[in-house]
Amino acid sequence: MEYVHYIDKTHEYYRKLGYAKTYNYARNDDIPFTPLKKPLAKCRVAIVSTAQFVMVDAAGNDLEPVRMSGTNVVEVFPIPSDWSPDRIRSTSEDHDRYQTEMKDIDAFFPITRLNEFVREGVLGSLAREFFRTLPNYSHRKTTEVDGPEILRRCREQHVDVALLCPV
Amino acid sequence: MSLIARVLEAGGISTVTFSNARDITVSAGNPRLVFTNYPLGNCVGRPFDRENQRAILGAGFELLESAPRPGIVVDTPHVWSADTGWMQLILSDAQPFISDAAEVKRQEALKQARAQKARQVRDA
Repeated sequence: MEYVHYIDKTHEYYRKLGYAKTYNYARNDDIPFTPLKKPLAKCRVAIVSTAQFVMVDAAGNDLEPVRMSGTNVVEVFPIPSDWSPDRIRSTSEDHDRYQTEMKDIDAFFPITRLNEFVREGVLGSLAREFFRTLPNYSHRKTTEVDGPEILRRCREQHVDVALLCPV
Repeated sequence: MSLIARVLEAGGISTVTFSNARDITVSAGNPRLVFTNYPLGNCVGRPFDRENQRAILGAGFELLESAPRPGIVVDTPHVWSADTGWMQLILSDAQPFISDAAEVKRQEALKQARAQKARQVRDA
């Protein structure tokens, strides 16, 4: 199967732009694993996403600040799992803007689809909130700060399964 | 994103990651991956295509219920377009990844981050 080799391509791209250092993509051989403990129809599910969008009010006004790339403070931003999909505004800079427009939230943050699957009994329930975080160049920040905060919030809401949706 | 999946799995929560960047996700040691060869921004399906989105999510649900070990990758069969030119054009001179507006904002964010760090060092 042919697919895009992003690691090689980004290294080449930034080298040509004159960056001295290329991004150090995460490499891990050991993989942690938690087998599913019960049928999905009994599981509580959350979305975790790096999609960048803001919630807006009925008039289309932003309800939160636009956030760009990650910094060194905790960056986990909840969104109610029953939030109306037409009340968001994408602020993404990370998608392929030549091919796609981020106009359908369900292509990258499947809030409508998951509510459907719960109504159909495929999934047990949804967490009260879903979680957004920011892409961060620091593996340490992700692993030691944002990751544990998402874990804490998932545990607090008795989440069994997290669907990770990177952009 | 895979690094967060790893933290969650180590903490007792099962995960599946839906990705449009197979090499990045595999390299990071992802516990369960559903890869769809679409342009970045469509990890759970084609915009405004409910059946396609349901199929991709469904592949993730099956993987959650069946994976006997970590590191399994499911490649979904969906094709973005008959013309595969979009794959060659990614990160090419014809299609710079970073828009000019984004680069200005990125530089500003970097400046602020450096200033914040300088304040922390000074106040420490």
